[in-house]
Amino acid sequence: MSVSTAVKKSGPEAGATGKQPRKPRRAGWWLPYALLAPAVIFELVIHVIPMVTGIWMSFLKLTKMFIANWGNAPFVGLKNYEVALDFNSAVGLGLLKSFGITAAFTILVVGISWGLGMAAAVALQKTFRGRAIFRTLFLIPYALPMYAGVIAWKFMLQKDSGALNHLLFDNLGLPGDKPFWLIGDNAFIAVVLVAIWRLWPFAFLMLMAGLQSVPTDVYEASAVDGAKPMRQWWSITLPLLRPVNMVLVLVMFLWTFNDFNTPFVLFGGSQPPAGDLISFHIYNASFLTWNFGSGAAMSVLLLLFLLVVSGIYLLFMNRRKDRA
Amino acid sequence: MHETTGTKVFRIVTITLLSIFTIIPIYVMVISGMKPLADVQGDFSWWPSTLTLQPYVDMWKTVPLADYFVNSVIVSSAATVLSLVIAIFASYAISRYKFRGRSLFSGTVLSTQMLPGVLFLLPLFLIFVNINTNFGVQLVGTRIGLIITYLTFSLPFSIWMLAGYFDGIPRELDEAAKVDGCGPMRALIRVILPAARPGLVAVAIYSFMTSWGEVLFASVMTTDANRTLAVGLQLYSTQTNVYWNQIMAASVVVSIPIVVGFLLLQKNFVAGLTAGAVK
Repeated sequence: MSVSTAVKKSGPEAGATGKQPRKPRRAGWWLPYALLAPAVIFELVIHVIPMVTGIWMSFLKLTKMFIANWGNAPFVGLKNYEVALDFNSAVGLGLLKSFGITAAFTILVVGISWGLGMAAAVALQKTFRGRAIFRTLFLIPYALPMYAGVIAWKFMLQKDSGALNHLLFDNLGLPGDKPFWLIGDNAFIAVVLVAIWRLWPFAFLMLMAGLQSVPTDVYEASAVDGAKPMRQWWSITLPLLRPVNMVLVLVMFLWTFNDFNTPFVLFGGSQPPAGDLISFHIYNASFLTWNFGSGAAMSVLLLLFLLVVSGIYLLFMNRRKDRA
Repeated sequence: MHETTGTKVFRIVTITLLSIFTIIPIYVMVISGMKPLADVQGDFSWWPSTLTLQPYVDMWKTVPLADYFVNSVIVSSAATVLSLVIAIFASYAISRYKFRGRSLFSGTVLSTQMLPGVLFLLPLFLIFVNINTNFGVQLVGTRIGLIITYLTFSLPFSIWMLAGYFDGIPRELDEAAKVDGCGPMRALIRVILPAARPGLVAVAIYSFMTSWGEVLFASVMTTDANRTLAVGLQLYSTQTNVYWNQIMAASVVVSIPIVVGFLLLQKNFVAGLTAGAVK
């Protein structure tokens, strides 16, 4: 190989940080940058530039007449943020309510999905006949195209022609009238239920994979010492799954908090206030009124919130790891 | 293996309840796709009055489902292949080389895949619209435009997962190849890629699955010309009648390729996912 250090490779953006070292470069030092170049270019085009644009948009009065010609949109400073955070105005109050609903939605969906995933992973930990069938069955909701599963639920949640009301009132004989599930306050229960159905198999998948690395002789040894199953789960399974759980909970939190697909497919154009999750709210605020400046400001606020929560979470988790 | 009664009861109850919860919507989807229209408009019944496959015939006429199918296949495949190829090189660099900016790059990749899609949606839409205004290049309503937006989620995930997978391949393998006179690129192609095949398969499945099911970008970036299944399926209900039987039949048809592919390759997927996640 006759690659000399004189070869200059253009575009190693990542190398711009820090001072250049004095020592001569090794032959082939540019190779990682060349390998990375396509990814860096695409990351710039699809993530960095849109994000910078988004932040810039949030300072503009970017309403319908300016969308096709953004150069003329007037600069309004923090006005969009002031409106979004003024909880006495309709816009601010709507955002605050949507945030509260999303927070409740996230806690319920992530908590229950984790619990179901853990229960299923533990139930399928030991080999028994038919285990593979259940494992495959439980993964189907995750494998289904997201909208197909949600559309099936949408049909099930119809008032008269839906399977859920038929099951509850006709088959199980619940008293009273069949309720609407997709309008009114019940919409919250509906969206939580559907989101759990979609998400728990992912928790199951990750936890099951994590359990495979737990050696079985640990359980046998502790059983000899007289440990009960509950106690084994608490002092063996849970600590060994810590690395998986750390990633799993964070990923599930972010996915759920940002969930757009479930409410969008479930409710379509008519968004019931009880199912007004934040991504859906921002989407509607942007595309129904065509006020992109306001929508961009709300997106930036959402981003800041997620960064703060994730940062605190990771800091807290790392500190606990150091202490342990 | 001896088992206490308590654990046995726990196992049976858990598996039974979760099986019911999982199966009911799938059952409703499959059975409703075989019902006549009158059955899905009146009260629900667990079994059709007459079992028919007519919805599977009619669904292609009510909306141009075949066109949506083609669009979904093209867009999802292109996004998958593109992100896989880019990710192979990037992950090789991250996994095998130490260089300045490495942690900056991997940090950016990791964080972008966590960000809400709606954050990128508005700017990308605006950029696309203004590119059209200024340069006359149409991106909204084209497959190319949709493919670019799909990379926003498939690329970071692919890089992250593949880098984790490459880390799990012993370095001795490619170092031995280099001793034998292979250059870095030949080592990648001859040694790393064959060893990483389960990881590559997992990444490809995941990218394809997410692209196939994507709704947010598709709902904004598509018109009649490039509409995907994700949006197209919703058009059944904008007709004067809601053809629930045809919607369910169409849902079955769009799900089968994905579910079968996933279930056949689930072992690869689990291995690849955990290698990427637990590092």
